[in-house]
Amino acid sequence: MSCEPWQCAEVAATKKAMSITKPEVAVSLIKRAARPILIVGSGAVERELEGRLLIDYLIDFAHASKVPVVATAHIVGEFMKRGFKPSGFMSAMDIGNRLVDPSWMGLDGKGPYDVVLFVALPYYMEAYILSGLMHFAPKLKTITLDNAFHPHASWSFPNSNVKVWSENLKVMTSKFEGGQ
Amino acid sequence: MTRKNVRVKIGEMKTNAGFIKNLELSVGKLVDDSWEEPMGPTPKPGLTTLRNWDLKLLNRYKPFYMPACDLCCLCTFGKCDLTAGKRGACGLTMAAQSSRIVLLACCIGAATHTAHSRHMVHHLIEKYGSRYPLDIGGLNIKVEAPITRLVCGIRPKTLGDLDEVLDYAENQITQALAVVHTGQEGNNLDFESKAFHVGMIDHVGMEVGDIAQVSTLDYPRADPEAPIVEMGIGTVDRSKPVIMAIGHNVVPSVGIIDYMKDNSLDDKLEVVGLCCTAHDITRYWDRGKIIGPISWQLRFIRGGFADVVVLDEQCVRTDASNEAERVKAPVIAASAKNCMGFKDRTNDPADDIVADLVSGKVPGVLILDPDKVGEVAVRVAQKIAPLRKRFNVLPEVNEVVELAKTCRHCNMCQRSCPQDLKVPEAIEAAEEGSLKKLNELYEFCIGCGRCEQICPVNIPIHSLIIKSAEKQLTQEICNCRAGRGAIQDVEIRNVGSPIVLGEIPGILAVVGCSNYPKGGKDVADICREFANRRFIVVTSGCAAMTAGAYKNEEGQTLYDEFSGEFAAGGILNVGSCVANSHIAGAAIKVANIFAKRPLRGNYEEIADYIYNRVGAVGLAWGAYSQKAAAIAAGFWRLGVPVLVGPHGSKYRRMLLGRADKKEDWDVYDARSGDKVNVGPAPEHLFQTVETKEEAMVFIAKLCIRPNDTWKGRSIKLSHYIDLNKRFYGTIPEDLHLFVRTPADIPMTMKDDILKILKGKNWKETIIPDPTLLPRMIRKKRK
Ligand code: SF4
Ligand code: SF4
Ligand code: SF4
Repeated sequence: MSCEPWQCAEVAATKKAMSITKPEVAVSLIKRAARPILIVGSGAVERELEGRLLIDYLIDFAHASKVPVVATAHIVGEFMKRGFKPSGFMSAMDIGNRLVDPSWMGLDGKGPYDVVLFVALPYYMEAYILSGLMHFAPKLKTITLDNAFHPHASWSFPNSNVKVWSENLKVMTSKFEGGQ
Repeated sequence: MTRKNVRVKIGEMKTNAGFIKNLELSVGKLVDDSWEEPMGPTPKPGLTTLRNWDLKLLNRYKPFYMPACDLCCLCTFGKCDLTAGKRGACGLTMAAQSSRIVLLACCIGAATHTAHSRHMVHHLIEKYGSRYPLDIGGLNIKVEAPITRLVCGIRPKTLGDLDEVLDYAENQITQALAVVHTGQEGNNLDFESKAFHVGMIDHVGMEVGDIAQVSTLDYPRADPEAPIVEMGIGTVDRSKPVIMAIGHNVVPSVGIIDYMKDNSLDDKLEVVGLCCTAHDITRYWDRGKIIGPISWQLRFIRGGFADVVVLDEQCVRTDASNEAERVKAPVIAASAKNCMGFKDRTNDPADDIVADLVSGKVPGVLILDPDKVGEVAVRVAQKIAPLRKRFNVLPEVNEVVELAKTCRHCNMCQRSCPQDLKVPEAIEAAEEGSLKKLNELYEFCIGCGRCEQICPVNIPIHSLIIKSAEKQLTQEICNCRAGRGAIQDVEIRNVGSPIVLGEIPGILAVVGCSNYPKGGKDVADICREFANRRFIVVTSGCAAMTAGAYKNEEGQTLYDEFSGEFAAGGILNVGSCVANSHIAGAAIKVANIFAKRPLRGNYEEIADYIYNRVGAVGLAWGAYSQKAAAIAAGFWRLGVPVLVGPHGSKYRRMLLGRADKKEDWDVYDARSGDKVNVGPAPEHLFQTVETKEEAMVFIAKLCIRPNDTWKGRSIKLSHYIDLNKRFYGTIPEDLHLFVRTPADIPMTMKDDILKILKGKNWKETIIPDPTLLPRMIRKKRK
């Protein structure tokens, strides 16, 4: 059951995400990426994992991995309150729309991204954006860091409880130089 | 006005030529052109008439597709896998398929409104005659049908005149629907243009419906002081028999109310409504009651409040009759579009039908005569109420606990819940005897019942939630303002200039259904915020009800607190779904009445005017239906941006501008013909926002228009900056795109912002007389 889509009806047809069986898999995908980016949705300040907000895990991860962060919705302020300045902030649809444009040179103007990490958007909204990227940006690899399986991503963590999730995020952070 | 089917009959007549007896002449059409305004370039546009205009918009606001399904299964060549660049057996791409689905949704929506209007017009002509004059605001309204005038080039004066308008609309919907067939359009932008077309037609269909019912049924006529009406189940006197109407077409409910009035029963029963039928009941009869938006059908039926359930059309739960049967409430299906499988009893004597329903011989009937619906509903309600004794299917508290104990903790309820509500946790708490967590779900639950469908042990989860909130539910007492209908010409005159110059920072239309991501309070909060900021806030449909469902510290709802005028700081409910036409109508009237732009068959020029000058934005925070898609499409073509809440992402296609592409934002200066870059104003045409905070920032931003004067722009920017600071904790990063001259910068922030602009290499530019249409350039014209 664990690799079924989190929301039961969000099924994929012929192309379905590979399951990330352990956090090291995600780490190696990210390390191999030339230009990764992390998109963080509004759930980052709503989800609590083992007594800490998700956003705090993500700030640790971003510090360690040096993956640039785009904050969606209104949560840029939540990052800044915590002393972390995201590389950009824009609506989830805007970042999705830019990512399907192969000529978009990224937030820093240095070239297109090759790996996009998603986390903490409303599940269904994230699913739809991932579907958009699967169809219209087929060269892009998408990875979800939620504890809910996303079939339209290229790679997704399986459904898990928050304990496993927090553990996964901690392990991921620790595997980057900045996280040790 | 063009008239159809004129017949002249001459019994006997002597002429120079001889004697004529029994001559009958039939003329297909007679053109009565007493309307002095000359016909514009595009009366009754066809599928491609306005394609160039659409493409101008679509090239700025390119579609971003998010397919809901990777396959196409619309013909027997399929299923075809369209994943990631593959074409189907007919050659179709995923982009084209996605836009085809958008077009299909818009066709469904437009057909639904237009068919609703056709039914009403047909019925009202039968009742009042085709010569019955249209009057939607007495002397206060000269432009009675701005959309119809604009699109069709017709100025309707009587009910009968609406026939021709509907003929045109139906024709266009058929044409547009044909485009969806396999092997028609293959280009996504052509599909999109047709979706815009059919959205425009949808507005025509809505307008016809509302002006017909306002004219004949004595609704408030463009009345800023339309009565405040009661809302919520707590306002219903449950010692009386209760008739509950669900849907959108008021005709059967009018039959009920008329029967009660004719038989002096109007204080003996309660007539309550869910969804737009409720709005129209209260527009017709101020003792009618609104009990809630469309997504609350299950809670009211299962709660046993209704003695008779009358179903008309649109957005009615397809299992409403099964649910009503469970609480022993007879059902009357009253629409040919929604027969519910019941036997057609339209021609049976009322006595027989009443007897069958009261005895329980049949759970429901189909009656297509609204007067008979009225008689049967009232008589059945009176007889059955003492027998039913408010029978409901909500479990007792101890039963809730027992049911919760059967839970297998499989989590499937949460995984089926569109809101991702933590149902399992709440059930677990109930197992322990606490209903608190179930109660916490009540505000966020949209009442879909999906959790129950999947539960392996058949726990009636939604009923458990309702039970946990029974007290709240039965004490729901709030206010709505009855739908006022159109906006008066004088109101338009008063606000035209400040809107176009930007001094009223915007018109916010909060519309649509109740598929809210986190309860309805967000809607009320957003309305209050923008009314306090002196925007004009217009509401309609379920959103209008939700806006009135929350009270301030003084116990006032928004409708008690704010004026119902179309003026800065007003919050006005125009009415039901079809009354959305008055919102588009108001924008059109700004162009026509205030700016004196010719209206008749002159779509492109008016849309260009609205797009560049009228800072209006729609927010459909809980939109879910195809009708909402069609309404939005009508606004897109008029150049009015629409925001949807997170569930709106499932409309699966956004129309997004690229603020980072400067070259996308040139307009012509109509004075000189020069191209001027005006920045991304407005930035998007259709956009999903994730949180209410983001919605508020975008509302302020999307009201910016190229025509704003420096004073207007600085007012708009001060709202945009202020909301950014409050919700994003930062100054917007795109200010340099919206500041044209230093005078645009809000006074109090001048130094700080000038510093930011310097860092962005900002250059001063002019404020043009903006247009996207080369033909509007005055210099060239000479
Ligand atoms: S319409 Fe085209 S894509 Fe769809 S099933 Fe038929 S052949 Fe396939
Ligand atoms: S009825 Fe309420 S709790 Fe159940 S799935 Fe629907 S929204 Fe979720
Ligand atoms: S679906 Fe039913 S059994 Fe499963 S957790 Fe929910 S309530 Fe319990």
